[in-house]
This record gives sequence, structure tokens and C-alpha cells, in this order.
Amino acid sequence: MEPFIRLRGVSKVYRRGKSEHLAISDASFDVMPGELVSLVGPSGCGKSTLLKILAGLHPHDGGEVKIGSAAHTFDPSRDVGMVFQAPLLLKWRRILENVLLPAEILGLPAAEARERARGLLALVGLSGYEDKYPYELSGGMQQRAAIARALVHDPKLVLMDEPFGALDALTREKMNLELLRIWKEAGKTIVFVTHGISEAVFLGSRVVVLTAGPARMADNFAIDLPHPRTLDMKTHERFGEYTRRIYKLLGME
Amino acid sequence: MNETLQRYALAVLAHAALLLAWYLFVKLGNVPTFVMPSPGATLDALLQPNYDWWANMLVTGTEIFAGYLLALVAGVGLALAFTWSKPLESFCMPLLVSLNMIPKVALGPLIIVWFKYGVFPNSIMAFSICVFPILLTTARGLREIEPELLDLVRSLKGSRWQLFSKVQLPGALPYIFSGMKVAAILAVAGAVVGEFLGSDKGLGYLMLQVQVTLDTPAMFMAVLLITLIGMLLYGMVLALERWLVVQDARLD
Repeated sequence: MEPFIRLRGVSKVYRRGKSEHLAISDASFDVMPGELVSLVGPSGCGKSTLLKILAGLHPHDGGEVKIGSAAHTFDPSRDVGMVFQAPLLLKWRRILENVLLPAEILGLPAAEARERARGLLALVGLSGYEDKYPYELSGGMQQRAAIARALVHDPKLVLMDEPFGALDALTREKMNLELLRIWKEAGKTIVFVTHGISEAVFLGSRVVVLTAGPARMADNFAIDLPHPRTLDMKTHERFGEYTRRIYKLLGME
Repeated sequence: MNETLQRYALAVLAHAALLLAWYLFVKLGNVPTFVMPSPGATLDALLQPNYDWWANMLVTGTEIFAGYLLALVAGVGLALAFTWSKPLESFCMPLLVSLNMIPKVALGPLIIVWFKYGVFPNSIMAFSICVFPILLTTARGLREIEPELLDLVRSLKGSRWQLFSKVQLPGALPYIFSGMKVAAILAVAGAVVGEFLGSDKGLGYLMLQVQVTLDTPAMFMAVLLITLIGMLLYGMVLALERWLVVQDARLD
């Protein structure tokens, strides 16, 4: 099968005046259609930069980035959904209207979009909260709404930048399971950026490891754990091997 | 609901308590009326037909509301222009910050030289004192946009107008209202100072007239009416804010 995303030797340099800062170098990996790939690494390793390159927000300086294939076409303006560390819901909009924002920007038919938004809110477990304002929801629930918002225009690619980084540990575990369920049901290709090593292994069909100073790609391997994943897999020997491998790459062992 | 009722009751009670304290102070202290009139004596001042209360109130009210509306249009308008043109903002902002430092009251004599005296120059006075808070807070509110929200809109190739109308402007509303509330109080002060400096109508003008005859009850009444006009303006701004801004998004 042809990969959905193909990166070859991608690099990015930020210039401010005369000083140059290498944000990422030598990133080469493929993402298959429908795969959930974790990008893991410490702060400053360039994982958010990679995500912005994939989102078409930043141009890359070197290498090749190709998204889409003959079987899975990709329209850069309609096929990207984004989730950030903060839910970034608009305070003055009700939850349903927040979810509808991308559909409005893209000018999708309103009635259909509303139907879809309701369905997605049900998918993320927020049925009955359509008419609430963001402040009436907990942090985890707001992040669920943000995920529904990222899916409302039916994008082929969903980019997540540490989406559960601000949640407490228990909510985070719960959201990991929820995300896997949503991923299976929605059938999207997801690139998931995190600095949580265990989270990266638990969620990813594949993990790309990035290191800082200098920022570069260090490893890329498949996670051979069955789906659906369960929390007790975290105690499996193989899970431990994967996390140890990442710890070692990050020089923490 | 019970809690809100209780809050309103307490608010009314506090005002009534002040009235009572005022009354008792004047009565028990045997304070002469020309120093401090009782609430009753103050109310009696309204019966003086030659003070033309209603007409004077209308004049002062017009000055306040005209100056305020002008400041609202100019302040919000300029701030909007700044978000559309970065060079314009970079050029004007430092100048406006400097101009804001001018004590607006000191402009009074100049305004009289330029525009004579009357309703218009006093409106200008109110305008000059309340345009800056509106302009500065609006500009700040329009700037305060989370970079990631910007990314979200840009990843969908949203237009500048979509970003402005769906994210930036509604996000700035709480700031605009916080500026409008400060400005509402300043507009009243501006108009009254204008009347003190030069006018032939209005509550401020009336205060100067009755000061000569030591008609303190009338002065008290004038202050009270000016305050009421201010409260009316402030209340209208608050009501508009309640209507337009979701509770959680409000500043203060």
C-alpha cells in the first residue's frame, strides 16, 4: 500500500536576524492511511515544527514532504483537523457552535454540518452538552469538544499537538482510551505529538522518536501490540521494551 | 434566584443607610443648610422653577452622550483600522500614547478658544477624555488572539475577514466593554469640567450660578442629577454587555 504521508530528509531552520536555529533535521518516515503515529521527544526536538509543516502552516527548508496518494487524495485546505494542548474553544460560542467553526470557515452546507457535529459530539461522549458554554465543561470535556471540532469537516488527517498534556494523569489515561476508540470509529490518519513516552507507545501504531540538541529524528519503529489496546498492556513485557528503547534514545538510561 | 434577590436587597439597603446617615448627621449635628442641606432640603431645591432643572439636565446629558458616542465610534474605528494595517498602528500608536498623557482638562481653555462655548465644545471635552480608554483597550483586545487559534483558522485557509469576524472581534468584545465602562465615568467628568470652564447652560453651569448665592441644596441636587445621568449611561453599557458578551468571557 502507498503511504499517505511521505517525509524524506525534511529539515527546517528558523532565522531571527543573523542567528539560525535548527528546528528539525533529517526527518524521514512514512505514515500509512488510517495509521496513528506518535511523534515523541523532549521540548525543542522539533515535533511541533513537524506538525506545523504537515499542517501547511510553515514551509520546510530541505527534503521532501508529500501528503496524499492516488487512492487517498489530500486537499490541504479541507483535509487537516487540528487539536492543541489547550482546547481553545471560543468562550462566546456554545459547544455545538464551537464544533461547527471549521465547517463555517470552509463554507460547508449548514444543515449537514450540524447533523455531523451532533453525531461527533455523541462520538466523543458529549451528547446533551450541545447548548452548553465551554466554561460549563471540565478540561477533559472541553478537549473532547476540541476533538469533535477537528473532525467536523471530515478531514483525512488529524494533527494533535500534546492534546492531553494539560490534563491530570487519570483523565489523561481515560482520554487515551477514548482517542483510540474515536480513531477506530472515525478511521482517520492521526499524527499525535507528545512528550509522554508511555502515551506514545500506548497510542501509536508507530512511534517516531525525535531528540533535541541538535533537533533530529532518532528512530522510527512499529508498535506491535494488538488492538483494541487495554490499560493492562502497559504491564506487558513488550510494552516495557518499547518504552526502554525510547528512554535509551533520549539518553535517560 | 434567591441569592440575586438578596444581593439587590442589600444594595438598596446600603443606599438607604447612606441616606439615613446623611439625614441623622445634619439633624443631630445641627449642621447649617448652607454647609450641608438635609436630604429633604435637597429635594426641595427641585421646586425652584427658575433653576430650569429639566432643560439643564438635558444639556449636560446631551454633552455626555454625544461625547461618549463620538469617542466610541472614533476609538473602536481607529483600533479596527490598526488591526488591518500594521504600519498604520506602528505609526499612530506611540503618538496616541503620548497624546493620552496630556491632561485633557488642561485643554479646556483651548477648546473654548477654538469652538467658543456651548454644547459642542463640552461634548468635545467629554470626547477627548474618554476616547483613549476605548481606543487602547479595543486595540489590546484585538491583539489578544491565541497564536494556535490563528493556526487553526489558517490550516483551514480561512480568510482575513473570517478570522476577524469569527474570532478576533468577538474575542475583543470583553475588552471593548471594559474600556467603555471606564470611559462612561470619564465622559461625565469631562462634560461637567467643560461646563465649569465656560458655558451658559447645563448642570455644571447651574452649580457655579448657585454657588454665588450659597444655595447649597441646589448644588447637592445638581451633583445628584449629574450622578444619575452617569448611572444611566453606565447602566446602558452594562445592559449591552450582558446582552452581547457571554458571562464567562466578561472582564472584571
